[in-house]
Amino acid sequence: MGVNLQANMLEAVSMILFGIGFGNLLLQKNLIKKIIGLNIMDSAVYLFLAEKGYIRGRVAPIVVDGVQSVSAYINPIPSGLVLTGIVVSVSVSALMLSLTIRLYRRYHTLDLDQISMMMKREE
Amino acid sequence: MDFVCNFPFFSILLTLFSGTICSMLPRRAAKWVNTGVILAAGGMSLALLIWMLSGGECFVYRMGHFPAPWGNEIRAGILEAAMALFFCLIMLLSMWGGRKKLDEEVEESKHNLYYVLVNLLLSSLLALVYTNDLFTAYVFVEINTIAACGLIMIRQIGRTLAAAVRYMIMSLVGSGLLLIGLCMLYDLTGHLLMSNIREQVEVIMAEGTYAIPLVITVALMVVGLAIKSALFPFHAWLPDAYGYSTISSAAILSSLASKGYIFLLIKIIYRVIGFTVFNNTHIINVLFVFGLMAMVFGSLSAIKESGIRRMIAFSSVAQVGYIYMGIGLGTKVGMVASVYHIFAHAAGKALLFIAVIGLTDVSGFSRRFIDQTGAGFRNKIAGIGFTVGSLSMVGVPVFAGFVSKILFAQAAVNNSRKLLPTMIVLAVSTILNAIYFMKTVIRIYTPAPDCGFEGVALRKEKLYALSILLFIALNIALGMSSQPVVDAISTGLDMFG
Repeated sequence: MGVNLQANMLEAVSMILFGIGFGNLLLQKNLIKKIIGLNIMDSAVYLFLAEKGYIRGRVAPIVVDGVQSVSAYINPIPSGLVLTGIVVSVSVSALMLSLTIRLYRRYHTLDLDQISMMMKREE
Repeated sequence: MDFVCNFPFFSILLTLFSGTICSMLPRRAAKWVNTGVILAAGGMSLALLIWMLSGGECFVYRMGHFPAPWGNEIRAGILEAAMALFFCLIMLLSMWGGRKKLDEEVEESKHNLYYVLVNLLLSSLLALVYTNDLFTAYVFVEINTIAACGLIMIRQIGRTLAAAVRYMIMSLVGSGLLLIGLCMLYDLTGHLLMSNIREQVEVIMAEGTYAIPLVITVALMVVGLAIKSALFPFHAWLPDAYGYSTISSAAILSSLASKGYIFLLIKIIYRVIGFTVFNNTHIINVLFVFGLMAMVFGSLSAIKESGIRRMIAFSSVAQVGYIYMGIGLGTKVGMVASVYHIFAHAAGKALLFIAVIGLTDVSGFSRRFIDQTGAGFRNKIAGIGFTVGSLSMVGVPVFAGFVSKILFAQAAVNNSRKLLPTMIVLAVSTILNAIYFMKTVIRIYTPAPDCGFEGVALRKEKLYALSILLFIALNIALGMSSQPVVDAISTGLDMFG
């Protein structure tokens, strides 16, 4: 158990972070805190991917000094996936933030429950 | 390779780029571009389907210059082509039916953006249908979510804003789970292309080394997609999102956006994990139970509802339950029934949403049941449309919903353990459906001579009437000639394997 945990330290950390982000996204009432939770969750996934793609003692796959052997480099695909994922999560966060601004302008609160109550009162 | 094999790629690219172009064009031009693009994508899917049915093999289309384990791929078979054609068809009819309402409810300066969102949504749906790469599927799942969120909030009232936020939160939870599931699967198998992953999954199962992580991975992906497609306990965002957005959005979201995720799930079950491996996990039983619960509780919520549009929205929860129940039966016949129900529900639910707006418009824009009295006489075509949609959802012969219920019942017979609960819940759910739909149909055909609301002439709303007539024709066509469709689905599922 202990040995496994030590070998997979970063994976464990990323799963814990994923849990924290996931819980915040689901359970927080404040919209901004929800968005922070979303970003923690996504970053945890990227940490997991980056850790999986890294091989100790090797370098990024950019050919310098003419070294072309495959065993000198890490796997570049997870890094590519992380980049794609970051683009996706940035756009999603931007959309969520803009939605939050609109809601705040209309209801002057960030609490989703209060907003629902105000909506019911409006009708 | 025949020229027709390029069509999936063309249709995705065309819809994606026309979205960008629509944002710069004047409003009328954007409208025509939107219609043209949907027609073109539908036409290409039709050509592909005809080519497949006349003896074409399913094929894999390489994207870019890198071969299989590294590059990106598109894959098309009969089922994909049929699904793409159907999505385009429903999209087109929903846009036609909701056009007048769109002009009334959405600011004129935002119309271009609406067409952008519709094109992006169609593009992401087509990509979800055709892609052979899991990470591409994830990216398009997110594009689908963003476009759907925009479709909800384009009509800017408080309700839709809050609904859009709720929708986004639930969707992001779902896509987060899908993403971590994908990454873990990539970690386990070392591949992202569906066919390669499947080979490795078979190796893993044969060796038995990573069996538990694999099950957890599959569970994460399945739960993620179930949340996104509004399976029963995760449906809280749905009634407001479908009940208050502009009507084309409601029709498109209920019949297309959530179905894209379900289709992706079916693809993952068949092409990534393998049907037998998936059946041996207990996930399938969980899906089955939640499907059954959705069928009952969705209908019960619909009965309690006092607004007509929210009632139809809750009915969607029940219908999604049917689809998951079919998947949960764990037989090929059950899967065929589920896919058929995707078609039947899309045709029926979009028709109901389009028809209901005609009814509420002649009842002083009120959503309450009491005001709908006699609305079927005031707007005749909407009344007929609503009746046909209701009969189809309840499962009356001649209409599409009947065939899917028969198929579900037949599928249940093959699975002796799940036979009894399926039959009981199917019967209960049908009765509950009948209660709330027939209640509404009787209400709209109860004469109300002194209600004070004006009727509407058919010739004033030609496009609306045309879309409802085509929807009715589609429902009857699906119901009357179900055998070719079922055969096509069955062959398509075999091609998956």
